[in-house]
Amino acid sequence: MSQAVIIDHVSKNYGKIKALRNINLEIQQQEIFGLIGPDGAGKTSLFRILTTLLLPDEGRASILGQDVIRDYKKIRKIIGYMPGRFSLYQDLSVEENLSLFAAIFGTTIEENYDLVKEIYSQIEPFKKRKAGNLSGGMKQKLALSCALIHKPEILFLDEPTTGVDPVSRKEFWGMLRRLKDYGITILVSTPYMDEANLCDRIGLIQNGELLSVNTPEQLKSEYPNRLFAIHSEKKYQILQSLKGYENTHSIFSFGDEIHYVDKRKNAIPEVLENDFNGLDLPEFKLKEIQPTVEDCFLELMQQK
Amino acid sequence: MRIIFYMLKKEFRQIFRNKAMIPIIFVAPLIQLIILSNAATFEIRNLKIYFNDFDKSTYAQRLKNAFVQTDYFILVGESTNRDIAERKLELNHADLVCEIPVNFGKDLQKYGHAKLFLKINAIDGTKAGVGINYSQNIIQKFTSDIAQEVILKTNPEIAVELPYAVNIDYSNWYNEKLDYQTYMVPGLLVLLVTLIAAFLSSMNIVREKEMGTIEQINVTPILKYQFIIGKLLPFWILGLVVFSVGLFFAWLIFNIPVAGSLWIIYAFTCIYLLAVLGLGLFISTITDTQQQAMFISWFFFVIFVLMSGLFTAIENMPVWAQKLTLLNPLRYFMEVIRMVLLKGSGFQDVRIHFLIIGGFSILINLFAVWRYRKIT
Repeated sequence: MSQAVIIDHVSKNYGKIKALRNINLEIQQQEIFGLIGPDGAGKTSLFRILTTLLLPDEGRASILGQDVIRDYKKIRKIIGYMPGRFSLYQDLSVEENLSLFAAIFGTTIEENYDLVKEIYSQIEPFKKRKAGNLSGGMKQKLALSCALIHKPEILFLDEPTTGVDPVSRKEFWGMLRRLKDYGITILVSTPYMDEANLCDRIGLIQNGELLSVNTPEQLKSEYPNRLFAIHSEKKYQILQSLKGYENTHSIFSFGDEIHYVDKRKNAIPEVLENDFNGLDLPEFKLKEIQPTVEDCFLELMQQK
Repeated sequence: MRIIFYMLKKEFRQIFRNKAMIPIIFVAPLIQLIILSNAATFEIRNLKIYFNDFDKSTYAQRLKNAFVQTDYFILVGESTNRDIAERKLELNHADLVCEIPVNFGKDLQKYGHAKLFLKINAIDGTKAGVGINYSQNIIQKFTSDIAQEVILKTNPEIAVELPYAVNIDYSNWYNEKLDYQTYMVPGLLVLLVTLIAAFLSSMNIVREKEMGTIEQINVTPILKYQFIIGKLLPFWILGLVVFSVGLFFAWLIFNIPVAGSLWIIYAFTCIYLLAVLGLGLFISTITDTQQQAMFISWFFFVIFVLMSGLFTAIENMPVWAQKLTLLNPLRYFMEVIRMVLLKGSGFQDVRIHFLIIGGFSILINLFAVWRYRKIT
């Protein structure tokens, strides 16, 4: 399989802020690649360079063999882009937006209906409604339809699920998997770590630096530590106490539990429980767990 | 072509779906035209005059009547107290004070001339200047009338032969009755069309930036010229429509004459609008929000209007300012519309204007298109 996207030593600065530092990345055709990182990590800057909206300061990038600077006109014909912010015309109706973008790409809704059918059919009952009056989930479906209407070979989705309810998010990922079957390469960014598992491969990005590129499974299997989850009624108190504990390697609040890593690689639950009891902690339960993508991300950040 | 057609369709839909747009485009300019053309007048009437009459002769009374009978002065009072008169001036209750000294009537009769004292509030220079002018005319008329009477009484036989005074009579060409509105309304029309075209076009493109929609458009293969034509053509059409509606009302309400050819006016408007839209496009390329675009548009607009010859005749400006107006597209339109509508000028008379505005359109549009980028 050949590469859909090649990013070669790409850097971008906004004044003194280094948005992207020496990014190297290859994305295979027909894979769903997730770019995972917190807000401000550089995801959007990278997307805008790949979609020919932003010029890199250094390095080169190409999409299906076309250079993002030299061949930007060709690239614009073969990519679909869904910006993080809803960027369709709010005062035009659903149908008007879709037919406008179809026309700009020199096609019609009918011609490529099979590709957008599954998504568009869900919002078709509201096709006379103005895009600005749609719910978040419907806006997202419309934006995806518009990005797909010209049968792009690569789809760039910048935080498509931000601000969308959990049910719609799940649906959305289902749609992406089916689009992949049409042979479309998908590059998606998200700040949600749980969505990482739905990607074929993921890149973890932080402060403009790519920390790791891997499959979610491989990433988790390469987690270097034993990870423990602590349950307690008095989570905050435990968090505070263990932060100052000499053997703590890392400790993070994780929903209603605490994820803890000990400096001693061979630590086992029994030993830890014993040690913690000596610290005069409130009542707690401790068990060893498998790392999530977020644990891997936090570990990589700590290594930096 | 299909893309441009779709862009135009989209643009018109958006314009007419915006509920504020119809009033802004059609109603506001007409209201402005009607209000401004009545209010923005240079005619000075109703100057407030106060008399200090120390003479109280019949001649003094006749002089006072001569002032008050005109449309230009209204009497606000009279007394023989200078302090009161002074006070009236200070409080702005009077614009000028006319003091008629003792023996005014007697001197006139005896010597054929007498002295008068005029005090004018000159805070508003124009008003004071016009006031002096009016007064001089009235006084001159008054003295020549008196002189004639005196001569008639004393020396009736020579009075017939006396070439009394040089009588100047005016004939106002192109605007016979010196109707102020005839002069102002075409100018205001130009101003309103410029306002609509410059503001709406610059704000429209910036709006796409502000709303983020330009991001989605930019990644499409749409070409720069297609996008720009799609953006500017609607306002070009709207500008022409607004101009036509305005011209119709100018003719209907103010009886603006159409001495020359409407074709010339329209041909010029078409080219002129291109220049204004180009300026709007340029403003939109250097701004990121509608607010910024608004401010920059205002900056240009105010300069253009004040230096267009609408309010201050260009001939009255200092030489450097006159030179500066050569760069002002509004100036050319202002001249053309007045020349053609009022004077009936033909194409030969305004061909230089066509050339200049055509050149201006081409330059500003080339520059704006060059500045406009689909990437950041």
